[in-house]
Amino acid sequence: MSIKKNLALSDTGFVFNPSTGDSYSVNPIGLEILRMLKENKKDEDIKKHLLATYQADFETIEKDYYDFVKGLEQLKLTENNG
Amino acid sequence: MAKKKLTVGVTGLNNIDSPGPGIPVIRALKDMKDFDVRIIGLSYDSLEPGIYMHDLVDKTYQIPLPSAGQQSLLTRLDYINSIENLDIIIPNFDAELFNFIKLQDALKKKMNIHTFLPTLEQFEERHKSNLPEFGVKYGIKVPKSKMIHSMAEIHSLAYEFGYPLVVKGKFYDASIAYSPDQAMAYFNKISGKWGLPIIIQQYTQGTEVNVTAIGDGKGNLIGAVPMRKTYITDKGKAWAGVALEDEELMDIAKNLVKGNKWRGGFELEMIRTEKNEYFLIEINPRFPAWVYLAVGAGQNHPEALVKMALGEKVEPFKNYEVGKMFIRYSYDLICDLKEFETITTLGEL
Repeated sequence: MSIKKNLALSDTGFVFNPSTGDSYSVNPIGLEILRMLKENKKDEDIKKHLLATYQADFETIEKDYYDFVKGLEQLKLTENNG
Repeated sequence: MAKKKLTVGVTGLNNIDSPGPGIPVIRALKDMKDFDVRIIGLSYDSLEPGIYMHDLVDKTYQIPLPSAGQQSLLTRLDYINSIENLDIIIPNFDAELFNFIKLQDALKKKMNIHTFLPTLEQFEERHKSNLPEFGVKYGIKVPKSKMIHSMAEIHSLAYEFGYPLVVKGKFYDASIAYSPDQAMAYFNKISGKWGLPIIIQQYTQGTEVNVTAIGDGKGNLIGAVPMRKTYITDKGKAWAGVALEDEELMDIAKNLVKGNKWRGGFELEMIRTEKNEYFLIEINPRFPAWVYLAVGAGQNHPEALVKMALGEKVEPFKNYEVGKMFIRYSYDLICDLKEFETITTLGEL
């Protein structure tokens, strides 16, 4: 899974898709995930990082990560969806 | 170094809810670095807001409606030029362009007024009614469309196009009709305002993306900025928009200008579908009302037009700032009745 290379991420969690002009706001964890995805980190590595950083069990992290990534796909912010 | 003085006549002062491009073009001209510009407004109606914007428009003259013909326009421009000594005229209405294109040589020879307009052939071939042929000629996808001249033809549209479909005026206005009844209502409304024919266009599902651009008449795209409307009025006009990064759209504009050697400003109205296909729905043969976004994003297209009109060589812009936005606002100008009286009775203010 990779996100669009030209996606602009700001420190405030503001996300801008220059291809469509759409913008979004994500919380600090969302921003952290997006940055890791932009660095081409693998899904498993990102989940491991979240597990080590936040107080949540693996099942919860897996489910929430899956939901987040599906959301990115629906918003066409992933590379394969243009 | 002192700036060169320049007097420019500009139409399209109707800075209303469905605005003409005149005021944004004037703002762009006021931003020019090399010229100290005096703006002469050319208006059709006494209530065009630009007439009263004295910080932007130095003086305004009423000009005859396009339907009055070329001779009466030429006579009026001759009078205006005798007072103002115009260097350039930038027309901003589709409906007046035919007359200005026809008169451009006379304006240059008799009055030394420069213009930078498309040729009549370029102007005609991109008409809404000719768009399908235009698409084939320049390799751009265009939704199926046809001209109709009477309401009786609406009944057959269901078989040919299906609903919804788009009902368009020959110059302005477009509405999406979801039934024959709606199509008839829009036929009446739009033909009553802009005359016949009416253009019926297949409805294309997707996101509207537009490009404001300028060609040098030799096949080079001098500048182009794509934009998506982020706030749309009930008339379908952009109230806010954002500059996009869109290589494919830029390539479409580049290829189009390379192919037809467009001369002057223009706007491409496109639909980008879910599958990332681009359909051309309209080409406007002049700058759009949102052209000042291009200036804000780093490309002053009206300035480039002025320079090319004066015969200067202009290098193509290389980039622009993606993500630059515009947001329109409304503003109540307070005017004296005396001013309204003057423009109404004397035809100049």
